[in-house]
Amino acid sequence: MSEAIAYYPGCSGLGTSKEYDTSTRAVCAALGLSLVDIPDWSCCGSSPAHTKDHVLSAALAARNLQLVSDMGLKAAATPCPSCLTNLRTANHRCEAAPFKAKVDKLLDDPYAGGVNAVSVLQALTEMVGLDAVKSAVRTPLKGLKVACYYGCIMNRPPELMAFDDCENPMAMDNILAAMGAEVVPFPLKVECCGASYGIPRPDVVAKLSGKLLDVAQSVGADMVAVACPLCQMNLDLRQGQINRAGGTNYRMPVPYFTQLMAVALNIADEDIGFGKLCVDPRPVLSKALAVAD
Amino acid sequence: MRIGVFVCHCGSNIEGTVDTATVAKASLDFPEVVYATDTMYACSEPGQDGIIQAIKDKNLTGVVVASCTPRMHEPTFRKAVERAGLNRFMFEMANIREHVSWIGRDREANTNKSVDLVRIAVEKLRRDAPLIPSKFSVNKRVMVIGGGVAGIQAALDCADGGLEVVLVERESSIGGKMAKLDKTFPTVDCSSCILGPKMVDVAQHPNITLHAYAEVDSIGGYVGNFQVQVKKRATYVDWELCTGCGACMEKCPSKKNPDAFNEKIGPCTSINIPFPQAIPKKAVIDPTTCRQFVKGKCGVCAKVCPTKAIRYDMTDEIVTEDVGAIVAATGYDLFDISKVTEYGGGRYPDVITGLQYERLLSASGPTGGHIKRPSDGKEPKNVVFIQCVGSRDKSLDRPYCSGFCCMYTAKQTILTKDHIPDSQSYVFYMDIRSPGKMYDEFTRRAMEEYGARYIRGRVAMVYPKGDKMIVRGADTLAGTQVEIEADLVVLAAGAEAAKGAPQLAEKLRISYDKYGFFMESHPKLKPVETNTAGVYLAGSCQGPKDIPQSVGQGSAAAAKVLALFSKDMLESDPQISRVDIKRCVGCGKCIMTCPFKAIKEVEFRGQKKAEVIETVCQGCGICTSTCPQGAIQLSHFTDNQILAEVNALCQS
Ligand SMILES: Cc1cc2nc3c(=O)[nH]c(=O)nc-3n(C[C@H](O)[C@H](O)[C@H](O)COP(=O)(O)OP(=O)(O)OC[C@H]3O[C@@H](n4cnc5c(N)ncnc54)[C@H](O)[C@@H]3O)c2cc1C
Ligand code: SF4
Ligand code: SF4
Repeated sequence: MSEAIAYYPGCSGLGTSKEYDTSTRAVCAALGLSLVDIPDWSCCGSSPAHTKDHVLSAALAARNLQLVSDMGLKAAATPCPSCLTNLRTANHRCEAAPFKAKVDKLLDDPYAGGVNAVSVLQALTEMVGLDAVKSAVRTPLKGLKVACYYGCIMNRPPELMAFDDCENPMAMDNILAAMGAEVVPFPLKVECCGASYGIPRPDVVAKLSGKLLDVAQSVGADMVAVACPLCQMNLDLRQGQINRAGGTNYRMPVPYFTQLMAVALNIADEDIGFGKLCVDPRPVLSKALAVAD
Repeated sequence: MRIGVFVCHCGSNIEGTVDTATVAKASLDFPEVVYATDTMYACSEPGQDGIIQAIKDKNLTGVVVASCTPRMHEPTFRKAVERAGLNRFMFEMANIREHVSWIGRDREANTNKSVDLVRIAVEKLRRDAPLIPSKFSVNKRVMVIGGGVAGIQAALDCADGGLEVVLVERESSIGGKMAKLDKTFPTVDCSSCILGPKMVDVAQHPNITLHAYAEVDSIGGYVGNFQVQVKKRATYVDWELCTGCGACMEKCPSKKNPDAFNEKIGPCTSINIPFPQAIPKKAVIDPTTCRQFVKGKCGVCAKVCPTKAIRYDMTDEIVTEDVGAIVAATGYDLFDISKVTEYGGGRYPDVITGLQYERLLSASGPTGGHIKRPSDGKEPKNVVFIQCVGSRDKSLDRPYCSGFCCMYTAKQTILTKDHIPDSQSYVFYMDIRSPGKMYDEFTRRAMEEYGARYIRGRVAMVYPKGDKMIVRGADTLAGTQVEIEADLVVLAAGAEAAKGAPQLAEKLRISYDKYGFFMESHPKLKPVETNTAGVYLAGSCQGPKDIPQSVGQGSAAAAKVLALFSKDMLESDPQISRVDIKRCVGCGKCIMTCPFKAIKEVEFRGQKKAEVIETVCQGCGICTSTCPQGAIQLSHFTDNQILAEVNALCQS
């Protein structure tokens, strides 16, 4: 496997979700998918820009897409669903010539078009493939019961994201199953966690994220695997708030799916970065793996 | 030739944007036109009389009517000129309504275009020749394809009318969906009690031959004389010997197969009679699960069968049936609920279709008529019904209304309350469509007397929690979100064209819409006819229909067949291709291109020539544009006639 794809870590990838970034890089390297950093990438125009001005937001995204084009590449992968939405939306909006003209006005280097954005999950599924993933496993995640949580925007809106089923996606389930984990059917895999309401209305997040943890526990999951920095934060960092608000007592680890892959691929601990999570998955993980032995 | 031109006002339809008097006046300048006039409604009785009178008074030998589309009134005017003593092909029509007045508002331009169209028609008419149809005999047997309630009704009415009927059903018993229903709206009477006797009538009627477990393989011929090859699939049981005693089913060791008749919510044996009232009541072996076929050993049924009817070595058989007319009554299928992933049908056992629920309600169903949910056999208390699943939903490419779901959901809430008095039904609906006789009263009864709670809004998702199903949706009247803890969720799955319907339509040479439903000849005036003579439609193969509508259509199709067969001889359409044998070089290109296989090769004085089979030719004209010699000409549309039309147009 020598295919290369541009890599767009997104702002959170270098900050709040560093462990998602490092585990993604390590996993892709181990699977032979070469991620090439985009030189001088900038914000994709997500949350703040797109709520204010669609043209500005699209211009921020288009700038990054054009950088990919300058690298001679046709596609970029990003771990963050929110970045993905914005990159894809920009591409979609720029199909309309008048809109694109406004975007190009804001850019030093007009966007030539034709650069596709995909999630890391999609890149792993389509460019590496389940068979290759499976044969790379060193420590199968036997005995680990995982609920896969995709969040509400990874596959939506379906016409825009054009990957997997928008109500019952299976890509992450398939990958973790290939890693040897027991994926439990998780009915709320595309439900909203409350997203950025964590700041103005923590009560809403406590309710929505609480429900996710509640159902994950009721279907017997040991942990919830996620693919979005914001979902991860709501479910993991806010678990205390959730417990206080609902009188519950969850201690559910919420690792990124790439971290679990990294374990199965025997990747070094510092790249996995379990220490960065609030609820440490390691005790549950080692217990499950030990029982399976 | 002495030509008369009649320019129709069609009320304001044409006159509103075309100056018909001017068109008539201009026509008088065209060659051989001796008379021209405008007329209020050419198709009306006075209008037709005017044409006839003019033919007589002015000694006309050809007539042009400039009016609406020939699809509407060409036969009307042909009959009129015939009544005046002309050959019916000495008539041409110029379409100045659909092609002119309805599409443009500029009166002057419209008038000019109408003049051009009349000029073209006159030039064509000048080259028309009288054509005489030939007659052929009719085989007064009819085939009905599909043995649901619509097909049964059509078969019985034809048979009672004295016709010989061949009924072809793809399942091992007739009855269709209605046989699977428990009770029927709006009377809540037992479905099999009203269908059962009709099914028995089919079996006992001396005029009906039933081919069950059979499908149409190919169809040749034409109205009055179709040849249909019917493939009788191997049942592995000699039906002459099988008495339907069921001893084999009792002893068959392979018992856990999904029962198709019970919509897969119950098990069945590998040798099976689908239900107690089945017609014919004969056993069939499913070779994909039977141990004798799969593992090569078992043979239990062969041992226990008292009449020695089991035939493991049976093969499919083809029989040919000659019939004069065909009624298609192949019904519908249900939308695949697993495509609506947010409801989890197919993933969660307690999310089922309405038809599965009918089987749970039915005394002959897998639970003996006790409502038990599939997951754990518990009696549900809260039942949530979701309507329009796969109906009226553009995103699923099912924008049409399935017609009967509003009604059967109401019925099912009533039956649920009857079965489980302390139960509560909830119905999520978009709007209630119940326009039939006693229908609106029925849905109101479900709400008012049986306490079904109707919630107007869509359901966003259904997911399991513990042993409950959580149904989350919107109540758009209250403007709130609702969440209901259900024990069982019943999806009113929409109706789709029956599997294989487009393929069958192609064999029948009839049209079908983009969803696979068969197309009627005219949506209002020819609802059971098709564009292929001798082929009729009945029931929901044409679009979703409830039982009263399906039965009504079955009878209507039968009436059409009986009317067709009231004549001993039919006239063939003389607008067909003819071969000029002197020009034909026998290359055979026409034989290869004819889509209807209407041309055959013959020997003429030691040379190969093409010959058109008159009754098979549909007059499509493909051969005429293929023939390198110009040896095949389509009567009434010869090269000369078409070139004359083009020349006339180019002159203007
Ligand atoms: C859950 C549910 C409840 C309902 N309840 C009611 C009710 O209470 N009252 C009411 O009026 N209506 C009800 N309906 C509607 C009712 O089912 C239909 O009106 C009726 O079945 C239509 O009859 P049909 O003969 O047109 O089609 P079908 O019943 O579908 O019969 C078609 C037949 O053709 C056969 N067939 C198909 N393709 C071929 C082929 N290629 N060759 C040979 N044979 C073929 C099929 O096997 C079948 O036997 C209900 C429908 C559903 C889904
Ligand atoms: S196959 Fe034999 S045993 Fe089975 S029902 Fe027919 S007669 Fe009875
Ligand atoms: S006119 Fe059409 S149907 Fe008739 S012979 Fe020619 S190709 Fe065949």
